[in-house]
Amino acid sequence: MTAVSPALVLAVALGGGLGASARFVVDGLVRTRWSGVLPLATVLINVTGSLAIGLLGGAAAFHGLGPTWLVVSTTGFCGGYTTFSTAMVETVRLVQADEWRWAVLNAFGSLMLCVAAAAAGMGVMWVTGT
Amino acid sequence: MSRPAHRRWGLVALVGLGGAVGTTARFAVSHAVPAAGGWPAATFVVNLVGAFLLGVLLEALARRGPESRRAQRLRLTLGTGVLGGFTTFSSLAIEIERLVADGRAPLGAVYGVTSIVLGFACCLTGVVVAARQHRRRAARLPVDPDAADLSEDT
Repeated sequence: MTAVSPALVLAVALGGGLGASARFVVDGLVRTRWSGVLPLATVLINVTGSLAIGLLGGAAAFHGLGPTWLVVSTTGFCGGYTTFSTAMVETVRLVQADEWRWAVLNAFGSLMLCVAAAAAGMGVMWVTGT
Repeated sequence: MSRPAHRRWGLVALVGLGGAVGTTARFAVSHAVPAAGGWPAATFVVNLVGAFLLGVLLEALARRGPESRRAQRLRLTLGTGVLGGFTTFSSLAIEIERLVADGRAPLGAVYGVTSIVLGFACCLTGVVVAARQHRRRAARLPVDPDAADLSEDT
Protein backbone atom coordinates (compact mmCIF):
# COMPACT_ATOMS: atom_id res chain seq x y z
CA MET A 1 0.00 0.00 0.00
CA THR A 2 1.46 3.32 -1.04
CA ALA A 3 0.50 6.49 0.80
CA VAL A 4 -2.11 8.55 -1.04
CA SER A 5 -1.95 12.33 -0.82
CA PRO A 6 -5.16 14.32 -0.22
CA ALA A 7 -4.45 16.17 -3.49
CA LEU A 8 -4.50 12.89 -5.42
CA VAL A 9 -7.79 11.83 -3.79
CA LEU A 10 -9.28 15.20 -4.74
CA ALA A 11 -8.03 14.92 -8.34
CA VAL A 12 -9.44 11.38 -8.68
CA ALA A 13 -12.77 12.59 -7.23
CA LEU A 14 -12.83 15.50 -9.69
CA GLY A 15 -12.11 13.12 -12.57
CA GLY A 16 -14.89 10.82 -11.40
CA GLY A 17 -17.32 13.72 -11.10
CA LEU A 18 -16.52 14.92 -14.62
CA GLY A 19 -16.89 11.36 -15.90
CA ALA A 20 -20.30 10.90 -14.25
CA SER A 21 -21.55 14.25 -15.61
CA ALA A 22 -20.29 13.33 -19.09
CA ARG A 23 -22.12 9.98 -18.83
CA PHE A 24 -25.36 11.73 -17.86
CA VAL A 25 -25.16 14.11 -20.85
CA VAL A 26 -24.14 11.41 -23.37
CA ASP A 27 -26.89 9.12 -22.02
CA GLY A 28 -29.48 11.88 -22.50
CA LEU A 29 -28.25 12.71 -26.01
CA VAL A 30 -28.34 9.05 -27.14
CA ARG A 31 -31.75 8.45 -25.51
CA THR A 32 -33.38 11.28 -27.47
CA ARG A 33 -32.22 9.59 -30.70
CA TRP A 34 -32.65 5.90 -29.87
CA SER A 35 -35.74 4.16 -28.53
CA GLY A 36 -34.99 0.50 -29.31
CA VAL A 37 -35.21 -2.45 -26.91
CA LEU A 38 -31.47 -2.52 -26.30
CA PRO A 39 -30.21 0.15 -23.84
CA LEU A 40 -27.76 1.48 -26.43
CA ALA A 41 -26.74 4.59 -24.45
CA THR A 42 -25.11 2.62 -21.61
CA VAL A 43 -23.49 0.17 -24.06
CA LEU A 44 -22.01 3.07 -26.03
CA ILE A 45 -20.77 4.77 -22.84
CA ASN A 46 -19.14 1.61 -21.52
CA VAL A 47 -17.49 0.72 -24.83
CA THR A 48 -16.07 4.21 -25.40
CA GLY A 49 -14.90 4.39 -21.76
CA SER A 50 -13.20 1.01 -22.16
CA LEU A 51 -11.49 2.19 -25.35
CA ALA A 52 -10.29 5.25 -23.41
CA ILE A 53 -8.93 3.17 -20.50
CA GLY A 54 -7.06 0.97 -23.02
CA LEU A 55 -5.55 4.02 -24.72
CA LEU A 56 -4.56 5.50 -21.35
CA GLY A 57 -3.11 2.23 -20.05
CA GLY A 58 -1.18 1.93 -23.31
CA ALA A 59 -0.02 5.55 -23.04
CA ALA A 60 1.37 4.74 -19.59
CA ALA A 61 3.03 1.52 -20.75
CA PHE A 62 4.46 2.70 -24.09
CA HIS A 63 4.44 6.51 -24.16
CA GLY A 64 5.52 7.49 -20.67
CA LEU A 65 2.21 8.77 -19.26
CA GLY A 66 2.93 9.36 -15.56
CA PRO A 67 1.30 7.34 -12.74
CA THR A 68 -0.58 10.34 -11.32
CA TRP A 69 -2.21 11.23 -14.65
CA LEU A 70 -2.94 7.56 -15.22
CA VAL A 71 -4.84 7.09 -11.95
CA VAL A 72 -6.72 10.41 -12.28
CA SER A 73 -7.80 9.66 -15.87
CA THR A 74 -8.55 5.94 -15.44
CA THR A 75 -9.70 5.36 -11.84
CA GLY A 76 -11.14 8.89 -11.86
CA PHE A 77 -12.62 9.84 -15.22
CA CYS A 78 -13.09 6.43 -16.93
CA GLY A 79 -14.40 4.86 -13.71
CA GLY A 80 -16.90 7.66 -13.18
CA TYR A 81 -17.88 7.70 -16.86
CA THR A 82 -18.52 3.97 -17.25
CA THR A 83 -21.00 2.11 -15.08
CA PHE A 84 -21.56 -1.50 -14.21
CA SER A 85 -24.59 -0.99 -11.95
CA THR A 86 -26.73 0.73 -14.61
CA ALA A 87 -25.85 -2.01 -17.13
CA MET A 88 -27.07 -4.61 -14.60
CA VAL A 89 -30.32 -2.75 -13.81
CA GLU A 90 -31.03 -2.45 -17.53
CA THR A 91 -30.37 -6.20 -17.93
CA VAL A 92 -32.80 -6.96 -15.07
CA ARG A 93 -35.42 -4.71 -16.72
CA LEU A 94 -35.02 -6.64 -20.01
CA VAL A 95 -35.58 -9.92 -18.15
CA GLN A 96 -38.65 -8.47 -16.42
CA ALA A 97 -39.98 -7.50 -19.87
CA ASP A 98 -39.44 -11.13 -20.94
CA GLU A 99 -36.73 -10.07 -23.37
CA TRP A 100 -34.30 -12.81 -22.34
CA ARG A 101 -32.29 -12.83 -25.54
CA TRP A 102 -31.77 -9.08 -25.44
CA ALA A 103 -30.81 -9.35 -21.76
CA VAL A 104 -28.12 -11.95 -22.45
CA LEU A 105 -26.92 -10.04 -25.51
CA ASN A 106 -26.82 -6.78 -23.53
CA ALA A 107 -24.83 -8.21 -20.61
CA PHE A 108 -22.37 -10.47 -22.42
CA GLY A 109 -22.24 -8.36 -25.59
CA SER A 110 -21.24 -5.36 -23.48
CA LEU A 111 -18.58 -7.41 -21.72
CA MET A 112 -17.05 -8.67 -24.96
CA LEU A 113 -17.20 -5.30 -26.73
CA CYS A 114 -15.65 -3.53 -23.73
CA VAL A 115 -12.77 -6.01 -23.43
CA ALA A 116 -12.20 -5.75 -27.21
CA ALA A 117 -12.26 -1.93 -26.99
CA ALA A 118 -9.76 -1.92 -24.10
CA ALA A 119 -7.50 -4.30 -26.03
CA ALA A 120 -7.80 -2.15 -29.16
CA GLY A 121 -6.83 0.97 -27.21
CA MET A 122 -3.86 -0.79 -25.66
CA GLY A 123 -2.91 -2.18 -29.10
CA VAL A 124 -2.96 1.23 -30.77
CA MET A 125 -0.56 2.56 -28.14
CA TRP A 126 1.66 -0.50 -28.44
CA VAL A 127 1.88 -0.17 -32.24
CA THR A 128 2.63 3.57 -32.08
CA GLY A 129 5.03 3.18 -29.14
CA THR A 130 8.76 2.74 -29.35
CA MET B 1 -39.28 22.17 -16.89
CA SER B 2 -39.62 21.33 -20.61
CA ARG B 3 -35.83 21.31 -20.89
CA PRO B 4 -34.57 17.69 -20.82
CA ALA B 5 -32.76 16.69 -17.60
CA HIS B 6 -29.37 16.23 -19.28
CA ARG B 7 -29.47 19.87 -20.42
CA ARG B 8 -30.26 21.29 -17.00
CA TRP B 9 -26.88 22.21 -15.59
CA GLY B 10 -27.99 22.04 -11.97
CA LEU B 11 -28.86 18.37 -12.46
CA VAL B 12 -25.64 17.71 -14.41
CA ALA B 13 -23.75 19.20 -11.44
CA LEU B 14 -25.66 16.99 -8.96
CA VAL B 15 -24.70 13.89 -10.98
CA GLY B 16 -21.08 15.11 -11.00
CA LEU B 17 -21.12 15.66 -7.24
CA GLY B 18 -22.51 12.17 -6.68
CA GLY B 19 -20.00 10.73 -9.15
CA ALA B 20 -17.12 12.33 -7.22
CA VAL B 21 -18.35 10.72 -3.98
CA GLY B 22 -18.83 7.30 -5.62
CA THR B 23 -15.42 7.46 -7.30
CA THR B 24 -13.71 8.37 -4.01
CA ALA B 25 -15.38 5.39 -2.33
CA ARG B 26 -14.23 3.08 -5.16
CA PHE B 27 -10.70 4.51 -4.92
CA ALA B 28 -10.71 3.81 -1.16
CA VAL B 29 -11.88 0.22 -1.70
CA SER B 30 -9.18 -0.30 -4.35
CA HIS B 31 -6.56 0.55 -1.70
CA ALA B 32 -8.18 -1.47 1.08
CA VAL B 33 -8.84 -4.66 -0.91
CA PRO B 34 -5.75 -6.25 -2.51
CA ALA B 35 -5.96 -8.44 -5.61
CA ALA B 36 -6.15 -12.08 -4.51
CA GLY B 37 -4.00 -14.34 -6.72
CA GLY B 38 -4.53 -12.13 -9.76
CA TRP B 39 -8.29 -11.84 -9.11
CA PRO B 40 -9.22 -8.12 -9.17
CA ALA B 41 -11.15 -8.36 -5.90
CA ALA B 42 -11.68 -4.60 -5.41
CA THR B 43 -13.49 -3.99 -8.72
CA PHE B 44 -15.38 -7.27 -8.25
CA VAL B 45 -16.71 -6.29 -4.81
CA VAL B 46 -17.47 -2.70 -5.81
CA ASN B 47 -19.47 -3.79 -8.87
CA LEU B 48 -21.52 -6.41 -7.03
CA VAL B 49 -22.33 -4.13 -4.08
CA GLY B 50 -23.15 -1.23 -6.44
CA ALA B 51 -25.41 -3.40 -8.62
CA PHE B 52 -27.36 -4.53 -5.52
CA LEU B 53 -27.74 -1.00 -4.16
CA LEU B 54 -28.82 0.50 -7.50
CA GLY B 55 -31.42 -2.28 -7.83
CA VAL B 56 -32.79 -1.37 -4.37
CA LEU B 57 -32.75 2.38 -5.03
CA LEU B 58 -34.35 2.40 -8.48
CA GLU B 59 -37.02 -0.15 -7.57
CA ALA B 60 -37.89 1.70 -4.34
CA LEU B 61 -38.22 5.00 -6.23
CA ALA B 62 -40.18 3.44 -9.10
CA ARG B 63 -42.68 1.89 -6.64
CA ARG B 64 -43.54 5.32 -5.29
CA GLY B 65 -45.43 6.14 -8.47
CA PRO B 66 -44.96 9.27 -10.62
CA GLU B 67 -41.58 10.83 -9.94
CA SER B 68 -41.54 14.05 -7.90
CA ARG B 69 -38.80 16.63 -8.43
CA ARG B 70 -37.26 15.61 -5.13
CA ALA B 71 -37.28 11.93 -6.13
CA GLN B 72 -35.69 12.83 -9.47
CA ARG B 73 -32.86 14.68 -7.69
CA LEU B 74 -32.41 11.73 -5.33
CA ARG B 75 -32.28 9.26 -8.25
CA LEU B 76 -29.79 11.38 -10.20
CA THR B 77 -27.52 12.13 -7.22
CA LEU B 78 -27.47 8.72 -5.54
CA GLY B 79 -28.21 6.47 -8.54
CA THR B 80 -26.69 8.03 -11.65
CA GLY B 81 -24.04 9.88 -9.63
CA VAL B 82 -22.87 7.96 -6.55
CA LEU B 83 -23.64 4.36 -7.59
CA GLY B 84 -22.92 4.96 -11.29
CA GLY B 85 -19.55 6.45 -10.31
CA PHE B 86 -18.90 3.80 -7.67
CA THR B 87 -19.20 0.92 -10.14
CA THR B 88 -17.06 0.68 -13.26
CA PHE B 89 -17.13 -1.20 -16.53
CA SER B 90 -13.84 0.18 -17.88
CA SER B 91 -11.77 -1.26 -15.01
CA LEU B 92 -13.49 -4.62 -15.45
CA ALA B 93 -12.61 -4.52 -19.17
CA ILE B 94 -8.96 -3.51 -18.73
CA GLU B 95 -8.43 -6.04 -15.92
CA ILE B 96 -9.67 -8.84 -18.18
CA GLU B 97 -7.50 -7.52 -21.04
CA ARG B 98 -4.46 -7.49 -18.70
CA LEU B 99 -5.12 -11.06 -17.51
CA VAL B 100 -5.41 -12.22 -21.14
CA ALA B 101 -2.21 -10.35 -22.09
CA ASP B 102 -0.41 -12.00 -19.15
CA GLY B 103 -1.34 -15.43 -20.49
CA ARG B 104 -4.09 -15.95 -17.90
CA ALA B 105 -7.05 -15.92 -20.30
CA PRO B 106 -9.03 -18.61 -18.39
CA LEU B 107 -8.88 -16.55 -15.18
CA GLY B 108 -9.89 -13.45 -17.16
CA ALA B 109 -12.86 -15.28 -18.68
CA VAL B 110 -13.99 -16.62 -15.28
CA TYR B 111 -13.63 -13.16 -13.76
CA GLY B 112 -15.70 -11.58 -16.56
CA VAL B 113 -18.48 -14.16 -16.59
CA THR B 114 -18.68 -14.30 -12.77
CA SER B 115 -18.91 -10.50 -12.61
CA ILE B 116 -21.83 -10.47 -15.06
CA VAL B 117 -23.71 -13.45 -13.59
CA LEU B 118 -23.31 -12.41 -9.94
CA GLY B 119 -23.79 -8.73 -10.83
CA PHE B 120 -27.12 -9.63 -12.39
CA ALA B 121 -28.07 -11.80 -9.38
CA CYS B 122 -27.15 -9.02 -6.90
CA CYS B 123 -29.11 -6.43 -8.86
CA LEU B 124 -32.16 -8.69 -9.16
CA THR B 125 -31.97 -9.41 -5.40
CA GLY B 126 -31.93 -5.67 -4.76
CA VAL B 127 -35.01 -5.15 -6.92
CA VAL B 128 -36.88 -8.01 -5.17
CA VAL B 129 -35.92 -6.76 -1.68
CA ALA B 130 -37.15 -3.23 -2.47
CA ALA B 131 -40.38 -4.53 -4.01
CA ARG B 132 -41.08 -6.68 -0.93
CA GLN B 133 -40.34 -3.82 1.40
CA HIS B 134 -42.78 -1.66 -0.53
CA ARG B 135 -45.52 -4.33 -0.33
CA ARG B 136 -45.02 -4.73 3.41
CA ARG B 137 -45.34 -0.99 3.94
CA ALA B 138 -48.39 -0.83 1.73
CA ALA B 139 -50.01 -3.69 3.70
CA ARG B 140 -49.57 -1.75 6.94
CA LEU B 141 -51.51 1.17 5.50
CA PRO B 142 -55.00 -0.06 4.61
CA VAL B 143 -55.96 3.37 3.23
CA ASP B 144 -53.41 2.84 0.48
CA PRO B 145 -55.39 2.15 -2.70
CA ASP B 146 -52.80 -0.50 -3.59
CA ALA B 147 -53.45 -2.44 -0.38
CA ALA B 148 -56.50 -4.35 -1.67
CA ASP B 149 -54.83 -6.05 -4.64
CA LEU B 150 -51.56 -6.41 -2.75
CA SER B 151 -53.18 -8.52 0.00
CA GLU B 152 -54.35 -10.97 -2.66
CA ASP B 153 -50.92 -12.11 -3.77
CA THR B 154 -49.57 -12.71 -0.25
